[in-house]
Amino acid sequence: MNPIEVEIEKINDAVLEMIELVKAQLSRSRDSFMNSDEELAHQIIHTETRVNSLELTIDKYCENTIARFSPVATDLRFVVSMLKINSDLERIGDYAESIADYVLNINHKLEKTLMDNVRTDEMFNLAIEMLELIADAYATDNSKKMKKLFAKDKVLNQINKEKSQVIAEYVLANPSTIHDCLYLHSTIKKLERVGDHAKNIAENYIFYSDAKVLKHKK
Amino acid sequence: MVNRVMETNKFKIQAKDIHAYYGTHHVIKGIDMDIKPNSVTAFIGPSGCGKSTFLRLINRMNDYIEGFTKTGDILLDDKNIYASNVQVEQLRKEVGMVFQKPNPFPKSIFENVTYGLKIQGITNKSDLEETAERSLRQAALWEEVKDDLKKSALALSGGQQQRLCIARTLAVEPSVILMDEPASALDPISTAKIEELIFELKEKYTIIIVTHNMQQASRVSDRTAFFYMGELIEYGKTKQIFLNPKKEKTENYISGRFG
Repeated sequence: MNPIEVEIEKINDAVLEMIELVKAQLSRSRDSFMNSDEELAHQIIHTETRVNSLELTIDKYCENTIARFSPVATDLRFVVSMLKINSDLERIGDYAESIADYVLNINHKLEKTLMDNVRTDEMFNLAIEMLELIADAYATDNSKKMKKLFAKDKVLNQINKEKSQVIAEYVLANPSTIHDCLYLHSTIKKLERVGDHAKNIAENYIFYSDAKVLKHKK
Repeated sequence: MVNRVMETNKFKIQAKDIHAYYGTHHVIKGIDMDIKPNSVTAFIGPSGCGKSTFLRLINRMNDYIEGFTKTGDILLDDKNIYASNVQVEQLRKEVGMVFQKPNPFPKSIFENVTYGLKIQGITNKSDLEETAERSLRQAALWEEVKDDLKKSALALSGGQQQRLCIARTLAVEPSVILMDEPASALDPISTAKIEELIFELKEKYTIIIVTHNMQQASRVSDRTAFFYMGELIEYGKTKQIFLNPKKEKTENYISGRFG
């Protein structure tokens, strides 16, 4: 293997690890949130330091590759894309941690009707499916699969759009649940942001893989 | 009519189906290339790929190589430079060349810069002085040598000598400058000066540079041509070649994965 390929391989492995780690964090944040599992919430918060440290490692690998090898063509697109994907993944990790924080603050299970009305489970599942798609497409080097997640992001956006009305109606009918409702509102918002970051990841991956710029194009 | 005029002004240099041979050795295999005025074009490719031979065709430097033959035409401002009525000396005044190793004459700095004018018969002292200053300024050397124009050119550093050779080329007011690895024998600071100079010179001149330094090609050129085994594999905007080359051979070469 030529020296730059060794560096590219290191970045590739680390990003793959980051995707799996963040996917697991988000998946646990769903379980923790849906079941008010505080033990799991603590684990998520604890694991966040691993996400942060892996982000720094990937940054370091990318900087090293740029400094020492002046990558061009596919290598250049790879390094530039991975730097951005890394930062999107780290943000998704942050959201998983924030949701775990909410679980600890709420301190009890939310009303099932409230969660169902807002389509909370569906929102979590869609966000996790987006990360599963990323993991699969990345590991198999398949940009077509990556494109599948754009449709999921649209559903996430729709649920997010409807949430305020649904939650407002619920609060009017059940004023004592105002705190729960605010936390749920924020959680849905976080998941919508997860979708945006996942979409960025797909766009950046496609830039690397197909040399196409999809960003800001309708 | 207007359209035709615009069309004919579009390219400074046009190569049409160029084949070249050293004896029976086929070194350039059917190259077509259009080069716009006031641009920098980089020729890249492994040793022996034909890029220097192709460069030297543009000012007929291969003419006197024994056994050298070529077919196809090269047009400079729409005129065939291999036409029978073209005087090679006149062509080389129009198409200047800078070589890999600085090759100043063992004369003073002033005599080096004004050499081309003198052989054209220009002897007026103030004309010569004016040209010397203008050329040395254009070559970003004036400030370093202005108090010492009588000093031997050979006493200058390698980087200064190369800029002197560029000044000598500029003095005869060419419109095209060919550079064959002009910075390969220079340290990074002198290299940076030459590259900065290339960037400035393209305002007035059309520049073609042969380089083995990929980063140099990507830094200084507007368009890049990748040659391999006598063929032009890919020719396009430098940004496209270095970010998204269309041909696998180009990608492998520029990313150092050849062979």
